[in-house]
Amino acid sequence: MTTPSRLPEPYGQGQSANLADILERVLDKGVVIAGDIKINLLDIELLTIKLRLVVASVDKAKEMGIDWWESDPALSSRARHDELTRENAALRERLRELDPGRVPREAP
Amino acid sequence: MTGLRYVYAVCRPFDTPLQAQLGGVAGDPPRLLPHGDLVAVVSHVPEADFGEEALRAHLEDLDWLTATARAHQQVVDALTAVTTPLPLRLATVFRDDSGVRVMLEERESAFRRTLDRLEGRVEWGVKVYVEPERTEQADSERSAAPAEPEQRPVSGRDYLRRRRRQSRANEDLWSRAEEFATGLHRTLSGRADDARLHAPQNPRLSGAEGRNVLNAAYLVGRDASEEFVEMVDRTKDDAPGIRVELTGPWAAYSFAGEQEGTEEGAGKKAGEDS
Repeated sequence: MTTPSRLPEPYGQGQSANLADILERVLDKGVVIAGDIKINLLDIELLTIKLRLVVASVDKAKEMGIDWWESDPALSSRARHDELTRENAALRERLRELDPGRVPREAP
Repeated sequence: MTGLRYVYAVCRPFDTPLQAQLGGVAGDPPRLLPHGDLVAVVSHVPEADFGEEALRAHLEDLDWLTATARAHQQVVDALTAVTTPLPLRLATVFRDDSGVRVMLEERESAFRRTLDRLEGRVEWGVKVYVEPERTEQADSERSAAPAEPEQRPVSGRDYLRRRRRQSRANEDLWSRAEEFATGLHRTLSGRADDARLHAPQNPRLSGAEGRNVLNAAYLVGRDASEEFVEMVDRTKDDAPGIRVELTGPWAAYSFAGEQEGTEEGAGKKAGEDS
């Protein structure tokens, strides 16, 4: 049973806390326990490293024109989708070169 | 409710009720799951979001991650107000209550050791930033050699001379900052029960002005916290071009790991390139 004694008023913490400060703690520190749901900590660490580069807030980053995660496949499902689309198009193109008869293309 | 169990923290049993409107990470208010003389603080979370695949995908979604991290921190924060929690890393998830109990049982002695070590203590974060532009300005105002301000370099040699002077001023500031940060860290460590150095945050993107040269965490008794905060406050105006930022009180995140010598990441030194 613990009863905390008086603490000073919070500084830059709670609701207003800098996201970088929060992520640094909840992702990087704290007790690491392998739960039943296994997530690859390496993934998270990678993410953390990238997030270190990030931000007080995502919006702020976007304002600053920092949006690389949107095009980084490791961070964005949208980017991964884009990448698939691109890859798909590239493959079609290649196929067309190899076998012009097979793949429908506009009449010359 | 079926679903998975998300564990925020492990504590000793406590009587004070948690603050009422805590939503938890998925809208389910955190509840206490006692086992022996430990309590796990858990929320029920849907498998659709916290199952293995979904979780992995979510963790790559910055908006989801942000919301979840904040919710996690809010619960830990509420716990810190009423007891000394041992915070777990984000997204520690079990199938059911009995999975959580088994975990508590297996790690009981380690948990108790750590909780004893942290008992009655909180974490304070202290960061030091260098703000070169501002100092350059201040310096040039102070030492304004006559006829010099705003003059364009008249020759290549003149230009180089200026460059050299400026880079010397910068070096000067950096070495002052390093000295300041090292001194501050030494002083604060002396007042804390434990200390950790974390990697500096990238200032360009963390939203903070200046460059982060010290990013440290201090484990401080609740009773000693007020004095600690005053001490940090007093250093704030000490050095021109250098800014000190205090955050806390946090749950003792940085000190929750089992102690075995120096922690990884503690090797990063103030002033080192990030």
